[in-house]
Amino acid sequence: MSEAVAQTFGLTRRFGDKLAVDGLDLAIPKGVVYGLLGPNGSGKTTAMRMLTGLLTPTSGHAEVLGARLPGDAEAVKRRIGYMTQGFTYYRDLTVLENLRFIAEIHDLPARRKRQRIAELMDTYTLHEQANVLAGALSGGQRQRLALAATVMHEPELLFLDEPTAAVDPESRRAFWEQLFDLVDAGTTMIVSTHLMDEAERCHRIAILDRGRKCADGTPRALMDRIAGRAVEVEAKDPRRIGRALSGKEGIVSVAQIGERLRVLVTEGTGDPEALVREALAGHPDAAVRAISPNLEDVFVLATHGRDQ
Amino acid sequence: MISGRRILAILRKELLQLRRDRMTFGMIVMIPLIQLVLFGYAINTEIRHIPAVLVDQSESNLSRSLVQMVEATQVVRFEQHVATVAEAERAIVRAEVRAAFIIPQDVAQRLVRNPAIGSRFADGLQEVEARPIAQWVADGSDTLVAAAIRSLRGMPLGEMFRDSTNTATPTFEVTLFYNPEQRSVVNIVPGLVGIILTMTMIMFTSAAIVRESERGNMEMLITTPIRPVEIMIGKIIPYVGIGLIQVAIILGLGALLFSVTVAGSLWVLLLVTLLFILASLSLGLVLSTLASNQLQAMQMTVFVLMPSILLSGFMFPYEGMPRGAQLIADLLPATHFMRIIRGVVLRDAGLMDLLPDSLWLLGFALLGLGLASLRFRKRLD
Repeated sequence: MSEAVAQTFGLTRRFGDKLAVDGLDLAIPKGVVYGLLGPNGSGKTTAMRMLTGLLTPTSGHAEVLGARLPGDAEAVKRRIGYMTQGFTYYRDLTVLENLRFIAEIHDLPARRKRQRIAELMDTYTLHEQANVLAGALSGGQRQRLALAATVMHEPELLFLDEPTAAVDPESRRAFWEQLFDLVDAGTTMIVSTHLMDEAERCHRIAILDRGRKCADGTPRALMDRIAGRAVEVEAKDPRRIGRALSGKEGIVSVAQIGERLRVLVTEGTGDPEALVREALAGHPDAAVRAISPNLEDVFVLATHGRDQ
Repeated sequence: MISGRRILAILRKELLQLRRDRMTFGMIVMIPLIQLVLFGYAINTEIRHIPAVLVDQSESNLSRSLVQMVEATQVVRFEQHVATVAEAERAIVRAEVRAAFIIPQDVAQRLVRNPAIGSRFADGLQEVEARPIAQWVADGSDTLVAAAIRSLRGMPLGEMFRDSTNTATPTFEVTLFYNPEQRSVVNIVPGLVGIILTMTMIMFTSAAIVRESERGNMEMLITTPIRPVEIMIGKIIPYVGIGLIQVAIILGLGALLFSVTVAGSLWVLLLVTLLFILASLSLGLVLSTLASNQLQAMQMTVFVLMPSILLSGFMFPYEGMPRGAQLIADLLPATHFMRIIRGVVLRDAGLMDLLPDSLWLLGFALLGLGLASLRFRKRLD
């Protein structure tokens, strides 16, 4: 792993009584897509705002591109791009006007500005919408405009806050293609999401829950770590079986996926299949088999038990 | 380092947004236009034709000619005739009339004993105590109406006898400068410049910044290398231009419709108006750093606007206010501008004559800009 472009040390932010981010330690290596996975209210946006210098941490600090935060925020701002959750460019300006405005805000000289805008309109296929008001664009187009504007000044580190939460799956695929093109060009990205399919695309992820980091690593490593703890149950009446299973000794969670039940067991269970079969002794029609865990299972296991 | 390109970017964006906002664009022109025409014609401190009720208890030729004389002054207009004082009072309570004129039965005897008239009859009569010949009862709650009725107190009666016995030689000679015909509109047109600028300048700037935060644009802006002072300057400049357009509309129409022409130098006028616009804009910026949404910004604007209308000297003379109110009025840019603009437009005052108020406006503008830049943080917390 190459050196970290961003690192946090016990980063904490308190809003009144509530700890939005609680002692966060992260290390984001260069040239990767780093995902912050967590439900709404888990502190993803707050963490990003501290990393971009918009919020002052209550305690702890961060180092972003060699600069220390809090303190050196303005130096960082020239080298990062931050695509906020929701569209924060001007809806009453056209695509072209928005891009020109951003280029001028980043102080690009006239020639470079024209060249860069033309490049971005090509890359993000915005030529047809050049003179359309941003407020009249579709969700996918608006997202492309936001990305184009965010990377106008060719930032080394890109922050994307729930970038595709509001776009359809097809646009989401296309959008991630473009993100990987940027990674190929050497950009590092920090992406917050609550969507599993987005998290799966990240090189590395950290799972956040109520301001704390529960787990981090590559999606593959995280899934491997819980190998053997997922069991699938197929039965005629999954709801009744589900009720029979939940709360039983050794069973962490039961989730119905259509006709089937996805069952997760506690760590250190020797034979999960046998455990589930035993629990379902009174239901001979239920078919039980071990399955390989997915990222959602990782997420559920990482965040479970914090309610008690 | 402050970047001209970034300031220009903000400026251009503001103009683009303004051009797309048809309603606001229209208001810039329509507010001064309509208000000037409205106030120019409507506000009149010289009261005429106050509705009144007549109680004529004498019903004589004498009383009828007295009524005609009173009506000839145009101060009152008799709208009702009633028989008793009680009925007259009820008419006042119902606000059908503002005053009652009561002519007693013995009006003839009173008139004869009046020193102004009586002197022409027997000498001995002067020793009898003279009494007023008739009575006015007025709704005194509005001091302007009350003053108009009071002005009738010493009305000359000589005309009744077709001569001018009691048109006395005035004690003082009075010459009225700058507005010899005593038209209210002369004072109102330049004053309106101050009021309309206060309203639009404060409102536009406070709303313009708050709008960015409300729509989330500010979150995007503060992640860029832009400086607070660049945002402020870029946002202010378009409104300086709008302010000047409004001044041109008011003073241009004032000259055209009400023949209130600018007596002083146009350069001085431009300079002091710019000072006032800057002071109002910086006040708007300070308010924008306090308000968290456009409604709050609007309320704060009204909070400043009301005293600016009532205490600045636009409606009532500053000199007539108690000391405490004057101190508050002195805090408002509009008060200082009211003195300056009337000086330039009406009295041909030069910059040196207006120096203290001009310097005050300059100081206010700089203080406001400084305060707004200090309060404006490129952070969300």
